[in-house]
Amino acid sequence: MFAEIFGIPPQALFGQLLLGLINGSFYALLSLGLAVIFGMLNVINFAHGALYMLGAFVAWLLLNRLGIGYWPALLLAPLIVGAIGIVLEKALLRWLYKLDHLYGLLLTFGLALIIEGMFRHWYGVSGMPYPIPPALQGGQNLGFMFLPNYRAWVVVASLAVCLATWYAIERTRLGAYLRAATENPVLVQAFGINVPLMITLTYGFGVALAGFAGVLAAPIYSVNPLMGANLIIVVFAVVVIGGMGSILGAIVTGFGLGLLEGLTKVFYPEASNIVIFVVMIVVLLIKPAGLFGRER
Amino acid sequence: MPDGAAAPAGARAGVPADAMLEVRDLHAWYGESHVLHGVSLTIPRGEVVTLLGRNGAGKTSTLRAIMGIVPRSAGSIRMEGREILGMAPFRIARLGLGFVPEERGIFASLDVEENLMLPPRVRDGGMGVDEIFRLFPNLKERRRSPGMRLSGGEQQMLAIARILRTGAALLLLDEPTEGLAPVIVRQIGAVIRALKDKGFTILLVEQNFRFAATLADRHYVMEDGRIVDMIPNDALAANMERLHDRLGV
Repeated sequence: MFAEIFGIPPQALFGQLLLGLINGSFYALLSLGLAVIFGMLNVINFAHGALYMLGAFVAWLLLNRLGIGYWPALLLAPLIVGAIGIVLEKALLRWLYKLDHLYGLLLTFGLALIIEGMFRHWYGVSGMPYPIPPALQGGQNLGFMFLPNYRAWVVVASLAVCLATWYAIERTRLGAYLRAATENPVLVQAFGINVPLMITLTYGFGVALAGFAGVLAAPIYSVNPLMGANLIIVVFAVVVIGGMGSILGAIVTGFGLGLLEGLTKVFYPEASNIVIFVVMIVVLLIKPAGLFGRER
Repeated sequence: MPDGAAAPAGARAGVPADAMLEVRDLHAWYGESHVLHGVSLTIPRGEVVTLLGRNGAGKTSTLRAIMGIVPRSAGSIRMEGREILGMAPFRIARLGLGFVPEERGIFASLDVEENLMLPPRVRDGGMGVDEIFRLFPNLKERRRSPGMRLSGGEQQMLAIARILRTGAALLLLDEPTEGLAPVIVRQIGAVIRALKDKGFTILLVEQNFRFAATLADRHYVMEDGRIVDMIPNDALAANMERLHDRLGV
């Protein structure tokens, strides 16, 4: 779809910027979920990529087994993935909170391997197409570039969900509970707030964001058991650059690094796969807590 | 309900007989370390009771055990007759306990108003925000300041203010005057007196017993994780020497 606009520099530039923005949309949604989870649970959720893949698969299954289309799936798949997250938290993760981060990382890494392994076993690795919903087919000719409607929608939807999440956490009473419990869960409990329940729901919400990203991704990338594994490493780099646990950091860095990656593809394509990791190294050297992180 | 063995012979007439909080043979542990060795105390409704003692005597641990936030505890803690030991901490708070921790626990990432509004209502009859701001006028001026920008005195006032909204009837205050300037200490003393007049029951942990003497109805003295003495405030003068001995002041 994009091949036809390559070759002419301005179009290449805008095309790559758009691609960068799309990638950034997924980086932001995923790193936002990781940041929320890390802040509250102190768990580095390595299963995040697998749950993103699960979101795409749930959408695919809803369509192909039950005939439920994209729009309901956009709501249902995150709910289902969130519910699975809640079960995982209740059954497995909650035993690890008093231990070192490493245990949560290992457990969720194991979960990722299991979930991805199951889907590989059932569906193979070739990937299955998911159609773009009819309302978003086609695109706009902006003069300087062609803008596919669905891709524009992905950017808008991701931005809207990110900003809504940021608002809910930074500006509402429920968010104040979350921020307070991130700082001092014991005291928040001593005020009569059910912190264990908050932790469970936070994990559910964080992975539901991954599920949402998975549905958004399904029509762009094929639905594939390894789609999360490919993405999650970059997303972890994004989280490190933004600062572990920082909400705004996750959003801004997600979109910013997506764009940076796009620009690199235009000006020095050879570096486009590593530019994020180079930035990560530089940030770690200069500001180890991340661009938006606070020293703990 | 009788005050039991802890009832002071010299207790003031007119002290309500029913206990707000009744602690019996309370033990607590942090890991291997046994920090409370059978604490028993009674807090009558409407009284201000202090817990005096040297550093490390177990005063803070007693408050934390009452709030259910020590790793392990045994014995009995009854809030208005209901056993609370072993309950989830968030359920204990909902029975009407308000906690001001020693480190004050102001949330740095929340502004003053968010800190104030954080603890949920646990009972009817909490103070309104306007009433709270009348009691703490400087908090009103700073309502948009982040928690981390407050001075020590402001933090302490905010820590007290935020549990007044909730309807908690029993306030546990852990060293509210620690490290504060005398003028702030006087202000906090006035606030505690006002709260007592409003009918709050207060358990006050203090090192500064001169401050405690101006507020309290009775004093429990702790040593090595045990209650070693109970002195009604009107018997304080007569027992001053004993107390000086105990506290090493």
